[in-house]
Amino acid sequence: MEPPAEVVHWMFGVGFLFLGLCLLAEAIVGRAVWRRRAWRAYLWPSVAFLMGILMWPVMVFYTSSAIHMLAHGAWAQTMMLAGMAQLGLVRGKLKNAAWELTVPFALLVSGFAFLIHEQNPWLFSRAAFLHHALGWTALAGGLICVGRAGRPRSPAFNAGFAFTIIVFAFLLFCDRNVAPIFGHLSPLAGGR
Amino acid sequence: MDAELVRQRAQARTKHSWRHTAISALGPLTALSGLVWAIVQPYRVTLFDPDRHGFWYLAIQPPLLVIAAAAIFHFWVVPSLLADLEELEEPSA
Repeated sequence: MEPPAEVVHWMFGVGFLFLGLCLLAEAIVGRAVWRRRAWRAYLWPSVAFLMGILMWPVMVFYTSSAIHMLAHGAWAQTMMLAGMAQLGLVRGKLKNAAWELTVPFALLVSGFAFLIHEQNPWLFSRAAFLHHALGWTALAGGLICVGRAGRPRSPAFNAGFAFTIIVFAFLLFCDRNVAPIFGHLSPLAGGR
Repeated sequence: MDAELVRQRAQARTKHSWRHTAISALGPLTALSGLVWAIVQPYRVTLFDPDRHGFWYLAIQPPLLVIAAAAIFHFWVVPSLLADLEELEEPSA
């Protein structure tokens, strides 16, 4: 009764899409307006934390190799860390602005995890292509978020972060269990 | 004088800022992208052919999920956000 792997990717895609829409809305109206209602301030950190928790069962049930499992574990931990730190900052329990760096840290670690655990080239299969694309997107997003941590009210950095998450959602929706990418599918991946 | 004031306030209220317009458009544009996706790749909407698919493929249909996420955002997050934005942008007359 386990959902197929591609279905799990699509479910995470929905989570990232909702997260991206919230972040984009925050970038448009500004942090002051977004945080006028407490539930809204807690919304995206909670979604990020929840997705980190949900990554654990994915790690347990869907990984077929040690390096694959370690990558999913890294995503779970860093998503939870970033969500938790944001919740602490919103609540006022965490005072030091350096906690904002947990978001770029999560993206940079996730990006490296994508790129290191995908050992096939870009056009090996759709999944390989998406791992490379997600990895580089996460690294670019991590650099944007380093800027965002320094200038948290900058609309450009906030919008950049939001678009990074929306691109994540798009790439996750593109995932299939076995599929070619631009007409290429290695025979080792199931192609003819 | 009062009628003039009322007219000015009404004009100010109907003239929305670009932020107001952008926030209002986010959900519908996202839902539209899901609809376009469903038209371009109708086989991703498994409801059209329910006998050929199992539970998970019927429950999780990406184009419909995009529309659902957009709808939740538009009907749950946006109304209060616009109210707060209008309150802040309302000229203190």
